[in-house]
Amino acid sequence: MKALLLRDLKLAFRAGGGFGLGIAFFLIVVILVPFSVGPESGLLTKIAPGVLWLGALLACLLSLDRILALDWEDGTLDLVATSPLPLEGVVSVKALAHWITTGVPLVVAAPVFGVLLNLPPQGFVWLVASLALGTPALSVIGTFGAALTVGIKRGGLLLSLLILPLYVPTLIFGAELARRGAEGQDVTTPLLMLAGITFGVIALLPFASALVLRMNLR
Amino acid sequence: MGSIWEYANPVKFSQTVSRFLLPVATIAAIATVVGLIWGFFFTPDDYRQGATVKIIYLHVPAALMAINIWFMMLVTSLIWLVRRHHVSALAAKAAAPVGVVMTLIALWTGAVWGQPMWGTWWAWDPRLTSFLILFLFYLGYIALWEAIDNPDTAADLTAVLCIVGSVFAMLSRYAVNFWNQGLHQGASIMRAGAVTGGDTEEKVSNVFFYPLMMCIIGFVLFFVALVLLRTRTEIHKRRTRALLARERLA
Repeated sequence: MKALLLRDLKLAFRAGGGFGLGIAFFLIVVILVPFSVGPESGLLTKIAPGVLWLGALLACLLSLDRILALDWEDGTLDLVATSPLPLEGVVSVKALAHWITTGVPLVVAAPVFGVLLNLPPQGFVWLVASLALGTPALSVIGTFGAALTVGIKRGGLLLSLLILPLYVPTLIFGAELARRGAEGQDVTTPLLMLAGITFGVIALLPFASALVLRMNLR
Repeated sequence: MGSIWEYANPVKFSQTVSRFLLPVATIAAIATVVGLIWGFFFTPDDYRQGATVKIIYLHVPAALMAINIWFMMLVTSLIWLVRRHHVSALAAKAAAPVGVVMTLIALWTGAVWGQPMWGTWWAWDPRLTSFLILFLFYLGYIALWEAIDNPDTAADLTAVLCIVGSVFAMLSRYAVNFWNQGLHQGASIMRAGAVTGGDTEEKVSNVFFYPLMMCIIGFVLFFVALVLLRTRTEIHKRRTRALLARERLA
């Protein structure tokens, strides 16, 4: 499992691996928002948590089809599936690798982008906390979507259509947590719900992902 | 009378469909037409909402069906995954487009009613939002069916998507409730007095209730007839494909 994780990370960090693309996309979304809604700082402060969450979610979505599609095309996935490693473990590792290469950079970069959107000072902690807690869920759910659509040529658009509705609860609680944090309100409820979703999907969804992957590999 | 699993045999299923399709469709048509005419022309206007209240005869049955069709797809998907009966998977496939249309009817009639009553076509109310999300789930489900060539793989993957989607749909429902307060009224058909038939304050008045029930029965039977027909079509389609493949080999 460790070898698989290291391999995935190495591939992602090499040239053409797509590392950094997500974060560049995130940056562009954040830059484009003031152009579309106007530079008024009060308005930006109000929408900053939501925009940052939406940007992070879209950046995550962008790299989903890379999780399994490349390994599917060159046959690596067949080899990994016939190895003694359980497929549930494989998809968990894939999700972890996706989170390290996409989720973690987003979490680290988010405060910088928060400055661009005039996020109030007390909001930074909760923005980072909500993204750190929520992005693993995005990666795990995304891996399920990637496993569903792995056999489909040019399934990127379909993947988005399938995954975005599944992202709704995570987005609602994550953005709500960041918003309440920024406005200095009580954050307990969204914090607990977001944590519940994240740990719930980490515990359960790999089984569904492995199941659909097996169906696709048949 | 044998067990229900006998109908998992496509031939037996098709025969049964041929026998029941016409009566079910006829009763559905009669119930819907009678219910709608009764509702539209022979019930009084609501004293506050005026004639706009009459849209419930379309709105409520459609909304009810939209949710229950997804539930039926969940059950048939589970049956397919556990017992591998093709008819079950095809029934789920056949039901999905009907579900989309029901969801759209519910959203559309709701918007038409909301415009004069709430003063807006659309509000980000939990119920409305949940229905929009349900609509997206239906779209994704159908798109996945369409995208995969191998029919068995398609049936497997869509079944898992339906099950996982159901869990997330429930989660979304509660998340959305938490996210925004509602404008939409609560369920008012099965309140106190509904079972005993009494006319109470909280419940929809019996004057509206009976034609509404008629419409709901009509919609349910209409859906049953459509699904039977569409499932049979799917079976025929698959048989045609198999015959063509055999022809090519010979």
